Amino acid sequence: MSGGEPLREAERVMTICNACRYCEGFCAVFPAMELRRTFTAADLRYLANLCHNCRGCWYACQYAPPHEFAVNVPRALAELRRASWRGFARPKGLAGLFTRNGRTVGAAGLIAAAVFLLWAAFSAADGLWVRQEGAGAFYRMIPYGAMVGVFSALALAALGALGAGLISFLRQTGTRTREFFALKNQRRGLLDALRLTYLEGGGHGCNYPDERFRHGRRRLHHLVFYGFLAALASTTVAAFYDHGLGLPAPYPWGSLPVLLGLGGGLAMTAGLAGLLYLKARMDREPADEGGRGMELGFLGLLLAVNVTGLLLLFLRATAAMGLLLALHLAAVAAFFALLPYSKFVHALYRWAALVKNAAEQSAAERDPAG
Amino acid sequence: MSRTHVSQGDSCDVLVIGGGNAALCAAMSAAEAGARVILLESSPKAFRGGNSRHTRNLRFLHRKPTPYLQGAYLEEEFWDDLVLVTGGKTTEALARLVIRGSEDVGAWMEAHGAKFQPPLRGTLHLARTNAHFLGGGKALVNAYYATAARLGVEIRYEAEAVDLEIENGRFRAALVREQGGERRIAAAACVCAAGGFQADLAWLKEIWGEAAERFVIRGSPYDTGRVLRTLLARGAKAVGDPRQCHAVAVDGRAPRYDGGIVTRLDCIPFGIVVNREGKRFYDEGENFWPKRYAIWGRLVAGQPGQEAFCLIDAKALSLFMPSVFPPLEGRTIGELARRFGLPVRAVEETVAAFNRAVRPGNFDPASLDDCRTESLEPPKSHWARPLDTPPFYGYPLRPGITFTYLGVGVDETAHVLGEDGRPFENLFAAGEIMSGNILGQGYMAGFGMTIGTVFGRIAGREAARHVRG
Repeated sequence: MSGGEPLREAERVMTICNACRYCEGFCAVFPAMELRRTFTAADLRYLANLCHNCRGCWYACQYAPPHEFAVNVPRALAELRRASWRGFARPKGLAGLFTRNGRTVGAAGLIAAAVFLLWAAFSAADGLWVRQEGAGAFYRMIPYGAMVGVFSALALAALGALGAGLISFLRQTGTRTREFFALKNQRRGLLDALRLTYLEGGGHGCNYPDERFRHGRRRLHHLVFYGFLAALASTTVAAFYDHGLGLPAPYPWGSLPVLLGLGGGLAMTAGLAGLLYLKARMDREPADEGGRGMELGFLGLLLAVNVTGLLLLFLRATAAMGLLLALHLAAVAAFFALLPYSKFVHALYRWAALVKNAAEQSAAERDPAG
Repeated sequence: MSRTHVSQGDSCDVLVIGGGNAALCAAMSAAEAGARVILLESSPKAFRGGNSRHTRNLRFLHRKPTPYLQGAYLEEEFWDDLVLVTGGKTTEALARLVIRGSEDVGAWMEAHGAKFQPPLRGTLHLARTNAHFLGGGKALVNAYYATAARLGVEIRYEAEAVDLEIENGRFRAALVREQGGERRIAAAACVCAAGGFQADLAWLKEIWGEAAERFVIRGSPYDTGRVLRTLLARGAKAVGDPRQCHAVAVDGRAPRYDGGIVTRLDCIPFGIVVNREGKRFYDEGENFWPKRYAIWGRLVAGQPGQEAFCLIDAKALSLFMPSVFPPLEGRTIGELARRFGLPVRAVEETVAAFNRAVRPGNFDPASLDDCRTESLEPPKSHWARPLDTPPFYGYPLRPGITFTYLGVGVDETAHVLGEDGRPFENLFAAGEIMSGNILGQGYMAGFGMTIGTVFGRIAGREAARHVRG
């Protein structure tokens, strides 16, 4: 279990909010809160993961400090959210990776870079700084079998850990498996996740980076998220070309893997740069200061994956290809290795919380008195 | 337009005293009419907005539904509602001016930054008449301050008007305490929108004596009525009962000031209320709670020590909105009484007598049901069920003051009236400081904000018109 102090603070704040309810129009957290009179640890973990940190409730709060009630919902829920992720993490022995997460992510990236550079230096038949062209050029730098082996292992480990994390989320938030996997709840929850409904602040946007309502953060997040999906699709198509059609990379500019990868990479790079810019300017009062390293580490690593990937694409026909390939693969490897122990998990648990929200709100709509 | 420029911003066209909804509406309207405006908010920025910070919605006339309002709400129904809550203690010409002036005011508010939301659970009974602010009154106030600043209004926080210079029916300047000193701000016109006096303990004691020491002030501690007192001293006509205030029963553990909405308790119809002697003193189930909550402040204020205790049993715990402080709990009535330091025997006897007097009925919180007591004084007319299911819970009650009724008289152009009934030339009032003209007693949800918005706009426009000459 996780989060003694953050749990107590979240309970204190939600008890005040539940007697006020002025913020119920901003997002899903307050209507979900209103379905309860008291808050168990499971309720609070769920509400914390349902919060999108839009900050509407912070600026609107008549009880925000210096009021003696000192209500700061975004911060209280962000602190609990981070604590809850440590509690959901599997295997439990690796949950400690969430502490000082920024440094962990940074160290993993550096170690991976060193490993891949050395590896490429030793395995490249003609040396690292040599122009390579034509089919299979990448594999002349890093051998095919090793590349497939390393990334398959990392992806499987990440998937396994995320799956186990989802199971502990369901257990630790008191979510019934049956309602979670019900198709209509999945549909509603997934739609809310894909649309980022609760960063819309009732149509006006969220209060980020400051008091004004803006749509910027949601749009930048869409760039990152859908860019990520495009990049995943690029990898999948490339794997099919390679293993299914016997066409090894690199692929020509007009090919599907390159178009998807290029579009996704550019979208993600723009989105990440924008999010980092907003984060640098944001109002720090409603922020979870302890989570800063984790957020910057995750955004930074994902940005490294994209920048090295784009550079590789543009410079693949030059002698820098070997170096860039090693750096790109290192960034991707670090990203996947830490996937279940980085801010990436917010995507998993937000989606899960939105599905639970869909389930309980449709139950409440069916039976308003219940 | 006659601009009276003096250095250091120590003069302006229109001086707005106050920083809540009415003041902001006046400041924005005057600035839009071309006036150079200074707004004085006596509180620090974090607590700006007076009691508007604690509001949540506004009632306005509308002929068609909007995305955040159902159906239509027309003048005659609006007027009838007002007559009902005030018992006719209103000034019809001014009241109708507010009602008519409120038509589609939502659009004006949105154009000035306000955001609305459809009502959700809990406030559905107001879905047709009242538009709810997204995030409540503080969000509205934030939006208005941003708009006012964009319109060029100079906003000064922690700036309190301590006196007004008025000569021959004409406002000259205000004496303002800010940054540790006092300075004179001259203006061609002045709008007073600084609220009532409910946060001035000394003034409350003048009326209620030492009992006021134990009142809770639900709203801003900055609503001290200093401007109201000055206006009255300078010859403004007083309106509204100086001895009346809107008071509800709040949780006795509420902070002295500024507890706002979360300290209210809605449990009374579902339990019994005893005083510190362990005795009941009023029919807890006389009528639906929204129709009765506003008499309980006065009732509790009349009890020894200005305190009372609402006792319920486990059956009732989930029937009302959760409150911010947890109830005290006991496995028996005696144990609960001990927790409160009440005379155990007396409380046990009161509960036993109440339980014996309860007649069987069909309990229904949504109607005036037939669960009542027989041969009990005072009776409980509805929702009476024996307190017999442990654990027992209790909440301490105190009088919580929302606002006072005393104000200054105004005419239809928001000019402050003198004692002789003649208007001051360039002195205007809006909001709680003059709402006693319209709300002589009682209250209607969201109507204080209507008065503030309509009269704020009139006052701002008229003040700017006066400056233009």
